[in-house]
Amino acid sequence: MTGQRLPSAAMSTNQAPDGPRRSTVRSLLRLWPYARVARWRIAGSVAAALTASVSVLAVPVVLRRIVDGPIADHDMAALWPLAGLLLLLGLAEAGLFGVRRVVVARPLARVEAAMRGDLYAKLQRLPVSFHDRWPSGQLLSRATSDMFTMRLFLAFPLVFLIVNCTVFLVGTGLMFTLDWRLALIALIPMGPLTWLTHHFEQRYSGAARRAQDQNGDLATVVEESVLGIRILKAFGRHRTMAERFAEQSRSLRETELGKAGMLANLWAVIVGLPELALGAALALGAVLVAHDEMSAGTLVAFLSTALALRWPVESLGWLVAYANEAATATDRFYEVMDEPEPADTGQDGPGPADGERGIRLSGVRFRYPDAPADSPDLLCGIDLHVRPGETMALVGATGSGKTTLTALLPRLYEATGGTVALDGRDIRTIPRAELRELVAVAFEEPTLFSASVAENVLMGAPAAGPDRLAAALDTAQADFVDRLPAGTATQVGEQGLSLSGGQRQRLALARAVVGDPRFLVLDDPLSALDVHTEALVEQALRRVLDGTTALVVAHRPSTVMLADRVAVLHEGRIAAVGTHHELLQSSAVYRELMTGEAAPVPEGISTR
Amino acid sequence: MSTTAVDAAEELAEELPAPAEDEDIPVPAGAARRLLGELLGPHRGRIALAMLVILVQQAALQTGPLLVAFAMDRGIPALRDHDSGPLIAVIAAYLGCAALSTVLQRAFIRFSARINQDVLLDLRGRIFRHAQRLSLDFHERYTSGRIISRATSDVDALRELLAEGLQELLSVVLSVFWISLVLMVMDWRLGLLSLLSFLPMYLSIRSFRRRSQRVYRRSRTAVAAVIVRFTETMNGIRPVQAFRRERANDEAFGTVNHQYAGTTADGLLEMARYVTTSRAIANVWITGVVVAGALLVADGSVELGVLTAFVLYLRRLYEPLDQLAMFLNSYQSAAAALEKIAGLLAHEPSVPEPADPAPLPEHPVKGRTVSFDGVRFAYRTGKEVLPRFDLVLPAGRTTAVVGATGAGKSTLAKLLARFYDPTDGRVALDGVDLRELSGEELRRNIVMVTQESFLFSGTVAENIAIGRPGATREEVEQAARDIGAYDFVAALPEGFDTDVRKRGGRISAGQRQLVAFARALLADPAVLILDEATSSLDVPGEQAVQRAMRTVLAGRTAVVIAHRLSTVEIADRVLVMDQGRIVEDGRPADLIGGRGRFADLHRTWRDSLV
Repeated sequence: MTGQRLPSAAMSTNQAPDGPRRSTVRSLLRLWPYARVARWRIAGSVAAALTASVSVLAVPVVLRRIVDGPIADHDMAALWPLAGLLLLLGLAEAGLFGVRRVVVARPLARVEAAMRGDLYAKLQRLPVSFHDRWPSGQLLSRATSDMFTMRLFLAFPLVFLIVNCTVFLVGTGLMFTLDWRLALIALIPMGPLTWLTHHFEQRYSGAARRAQDQNGDLATVVEESVLGIRILKAFGRHRTMAERFAEQSRSLRETELGKAGMLANLWAVIVGLPELALGAALALGAVLVAHDEMSAGTLVAFLSTALALRWPVESLGWLVAYANEAATATDRFYEVMDEPEPADTGQDGPGPADGERGIRLSGVRFRYPDAPADSPDLLCGIDLHVRPGETMALVGATGSGKTTLTALLPRLYEATGGTVALDGRDIRTIPRAELRELVAVAFEEPTLFSASVAENVLMGAPAAGPDRLAAALDTAQADFVDRLPAGTATQVGEQGLSLSGGQRQRLALARAVVGDPRFLVLDDPLSALDVHTEALVEQALRRVLDGTTALVVAHRPSTVMLADRVAVLHEGRIAAVGTHHELLQSSAVYRELMTGEAAPVPEGISTR
Repeated sequence: MSTTAVDAAEELAEELPAPAEDEDIPVPAGAARRLLGELLGPHRGRIALAMLVILVQQAALQTGPLLVAFAMDRGIPALRDHDSGPLIAVIAAYLGCAALSTVLQRAFIRFSARINQDVLLDLRGRIFRHAQRLSLDFHERYTSGRIISRATSDVDALRELLAEGLQELLSVVLSVFWISLVLMVMDWRLGLLSLLSFLPMYLSIRSFRRRSQRVYRRSRTAVAAVIVRFTETMNGIRPVQAFRRERANDEAFGTVNHQYAGTTADGLLEMARYVTTSRAIANVWITGVVVAGALLVADGSVELGVLTAFVLYLRRLYEPLDQLAMFLNSYQSAAAALEKIAGLLAHEPSVPEPADPAPLPEHPVKGRTVSFDGVRFAYRTGKEVLPRFDLVLPAGRTTAVVGATGAGKSTLAKLLARFYDPTDGRVALDGVDLRELSGEELRRNIVMVTQESFLFSGTVAENIAIGRPGATREEVEQAARDIGAYDFVAALPEGFDTDVRKRGGRISAGQRQLVAFARALLADPAVLILDEATSSLDVPGEQAVQRAMRTVLAGRTAVVIAHRLSTVEIADRVLVMDQGRIVEDGRPADLIGGRGRFADLHRTWRDSLV
């Protein structure tokens, strides 16, 4: 099964809500907190639309007056006031139509922006483990097309649901005053229509949700294909990826066609049934008029009222469909918003409780939340003390959990057991913002943001001045910055793609040291540097590390040399702690990692 | 009142700062329209059929009032004369029309959905394939967020147009046409008067189109800015949180978000203005026709039934005005989106595939000879990266390239992998210019492993299999074994079937590099380029890679760029680069023994070791 396929770039509908589906109305009600600020505007919009629609209903009445009055009596003088009334009604309708849209335009655009802003803010604050789980395409589609759907719902379908129901009721009342028999006939289709709409709604919302999820999956494929473009190009695999994409687009197409099929059936019934009833009403009306039981004007008025009611009834189909889309979009939005944000239980704690300074990990355990139940913890009881001002190197085999361990310090992940203490304070008692100010990290994969070099570096210390910036760049040996077109003001592109790996790594290093943090975590900070630069950076870094408590993940002897002591991470525990030379003597694991000597060495490869 | 509100809103809009400049890719004039033509072209027949269906449907639907008029003018008098025949006929016709229009409506929706979805499928595929074809320098400038925005939100805009717009437009055009015809036939004087309303209608539509076009262009740019920020934050969530960027990001996102909201509202207000004017025109005209009709009826030259039908029809004539506005709205939005998409599609890959590819000579040796003949490379800006040089890398040899960051090592590698084409000269494989090789041939023979080791979501096995899609499970596992990745993969919760999840969050950088190597082993190329591909590996990992190159990849031509000189030591030849030039060239042992830069580097490196 393996070879044939490219990795499936999507997780499909595994985010679909479990348990019973929320009702459409209940989902939509959750929009209220956001719609609340625009409630008066929406009410105004509804009022304008209502008034406009009622004025439309008044038109047939005026027409009847004209037919039965001036025309029947050949009294042209009486025509003018009625014509004036007709014109007035028409202009009022037009004006109200405009008002309906104008009053909500800006407020609703702002509601949409507010929801998007909140979603973005929420996502930024959700733990990294959440982001591990969710493909970012799914998040993106929630922030764009779903938002659009919800805003549109508030602007049109919501207003028209209210207005059209009212117009329908008023119009029906009007029809009854004109002739109750005809009105009854016209009403007959309402029973089956209501039932059908309800039935439709249930099936449609499932399909709507599926389509939205598939849209998110597509966005994920696109994103991965762009982010992984180098690999796809290097192996000439863009066609395979395109097939994968085509496959997913095709399943989206199937879902959309299914939706269209349902909609088509609903439309047919919604358009057809009232027409049939109207035909019957016309027959009866004609008979009544022929028998002089009804005036011609009344029949004209009745028929034009019935026709005016056609739109409210017909619109029911797409209004319900749209309400459904909006409800599922709302559900998708709240799936993220309901995600519990890690509580910031931080308090300005009792200071150094036991007076011990430095970094202390005791009995720290960690497992990823979605790790299979039978797998052992990744970290199972880490005990480690980094003395204040000391630089500790963390060494371990590839995948032994070094990076994970460092991520626990700024609480990017939460330890599942044991305690991490900084200067005697349990990190869980330190407010997150303060903790992350205390601990600066240089990640293995240096990510730069679309901003200037200066902004990227000063992320580590927003308040720092140009001298600190210069010093940090100096420490990281990032003198290449001077040769950039605009120096430190040069914009580095999305993901810093315009810079080489080594350059990005040096900027990330500068970012970590610029704030002169109390605790420094460096994850293999020199991996992409050439030998010469590495030596220079090391020299400069030694000065910085002198007064800083630091944990440095190291893969190679050269990086280990930065440290005062070395801790060896092996099988989820700290297997040994000591200086480089001590460990070379005492730890077989360490010796193998640093020299490769314990590994089976094929002939022809020199070892040291 | 509504006008002043619109004006006030527009003043506000003026104050909003313009969204960030969008990409500087010129969009050829008419490209959007041409693209739409290309997309719809293949479905010409089906579109015609759909139009026919909707034409008949509209005919059936719009016959209603005509039948009402007939019932009033003929049916009722006949009934009074105890002749129920005409009325029964009329009612039967009415019911027949209702049934027909129902059936056809259903058919049309299904039919047009099929066309729409096919068009979207085509467009999505085009964008995707084109983005994949475009060369790396393009991707580096255009940014991923924009491409994502083209393939998602811009396509959505077209979807809106096709989903509702096409039907709206067709039913508007056809019902207007049909009703106009009926009006003219019923009474040409009233008909002519009614049709006169088209003139002011046209003016109002034209003004709306012009004004909203500007708004929608800004809107597409603004939404792209939102998407770019959004994806960047989500992809860099670790540094975002570690450096407490949440607040600053909220603010920066707020700016683009509100710009987008501003353009959205501008669009809505343009729409409001149009709807108001067109509705006013419609209602003024209805009044006019009623008055004129009343005079003509009083005159005796028009029957009452005709006037009734007229008024009913007139309301129907103007009823689709809102729909037309919606159509124009989605049209403008889609046109702006299509323009952006067309701009992307119009961008030709700077590294095009040959129309008539040349074959590589067959020979039993596994490696191939690479030659750079008079190659020079400069960026589009004119900045020279590699001055003119010649270089031959004989088949089966391993060449190491060393030098400081920015010395041009990676550019050399990218030229060899044909991520770029040289500005002058040619890069050849066994004497064949790379530009003459088909993409497939090129990638089968030359594979590059870079420092970046992106993992696609999917299983580990699937990620390795990217190297050779036809590979069996055994081959995939063997490749992992050869590179020393088998043990850690097997130790994953589901072994080779473990989902690496989003961007391989679970797998360390070193492990990812091993997966990337396994991929390259599986691809089994004639020429292997390693561009700092061992940077995150520890010593045992690096040794495994070297072992694999000696055994599995023995006889291949290899170019190794590394600052770990341990990798360099296994090379047959070392090139030292400085500022784009090859300054030293020789066997490692010879260079180490000399007094050049490599000897220096080597000393520094020896010192850094245990």
